[in-house]
Amino acid sequence: MLILTCPCCGVTAEETEFHGGGEAHLKREGPGSDDAALEGYLFHRENPRGVHFERWRHVYGCGKWFHAARDTATLEVFGTYPAQSTRPPEDLLETIRAKRPGWRWRDLA
Amino acid sequence: MSDPVSALHGLTVEGSVRVEDLAPRGMITLRGDLSDATVSDALARAAGLAVPDRRGIAVEGEKRLAWMSPDEALLILPRARLAATLAGLTETLASSHALAADMSDARALLRLTGEDAALREVLARLAPVDMATFATGEIRRTRLAQVACAFWMPAPGTVEVICFRSVARYAFDLLAQAAASPRIS
Repeated sequence: MLILTCPCCGVTAEETEFHGGGEAHLKREGPGSDDAALEGYLFHRENPRGVHFERWRHVYGCGKWFHAARDTATLEVFGTYPAQSTRPPEDLLETIRAKRPGWRWRDLA
Repeated sequence: MSDPVSALHGLTVEGSVRVEDLAPRGMITLRGDLSDATVSDALARAAGLAVPDRRGIAVEGEKRLAWMSPDEALLILPRARLAATLAGLTETLASSHALAADMSDARALLRLTGEDAALREVLARLAPVDMATFATGEIRRTRLAQVACAFWMPAPGTVEVICFRSVARYAFDLLAQAAASPRIS
């Protein structure tokens, strides 16, 4: 079971109080983008065994969206950070580098 | 205008933990950035209570002022003062990016009274909350089995629970059943 801490209200709770929202940091490809970019935006998702970045919503609590970094194999949560970020904070990336040397996720490593 | 009635008409279950449906109170939801001084000052003046910090609730008599999220507060007050308070708040916030709405009929308010340890056990059975560390003055929005709720302890030995009115019966039955089951701790 995942134990997540909501960065908006600071509550630490187990996953049934939250709702998963899929992969984090997707960049929207709208009108004017080429077919391959739109296809990637709509359909291509990471499905890693290991480090993963996701969106979660504190659905039974404050109702806010946030980002979480976790390990899909061990369910270890490395940290959560605000939804208003286009990239995980550097200190969180450092934590992951220390715990999972050599990890890769899209263009992050 | 018809008289307001509570969702369960004051239903009460006695026991080591007493569960009761409280008489209707006024509830005002304020949406707006609570870190904005204009919004929080207007709220504090209307409520007559200091705006609580993150996850806090201020309690005075029948009044409650609860922090619901970074941009939402809930003011519970006697029904008789609802209209004037809401009108005052709306007027003060006329030029702010904020909205005050009468949500009195949206929610039910339940109260549990009993021994502190028994109350904590009843809630621990239904909500994913560490009740051992839950303190007076704190509000927790969470779920009660399958429905959203929020609860707080206005004083030791009392817990107040709010849930949506449409699920009041479900929430009441859950609490009554959890209260009737034998204690473990």
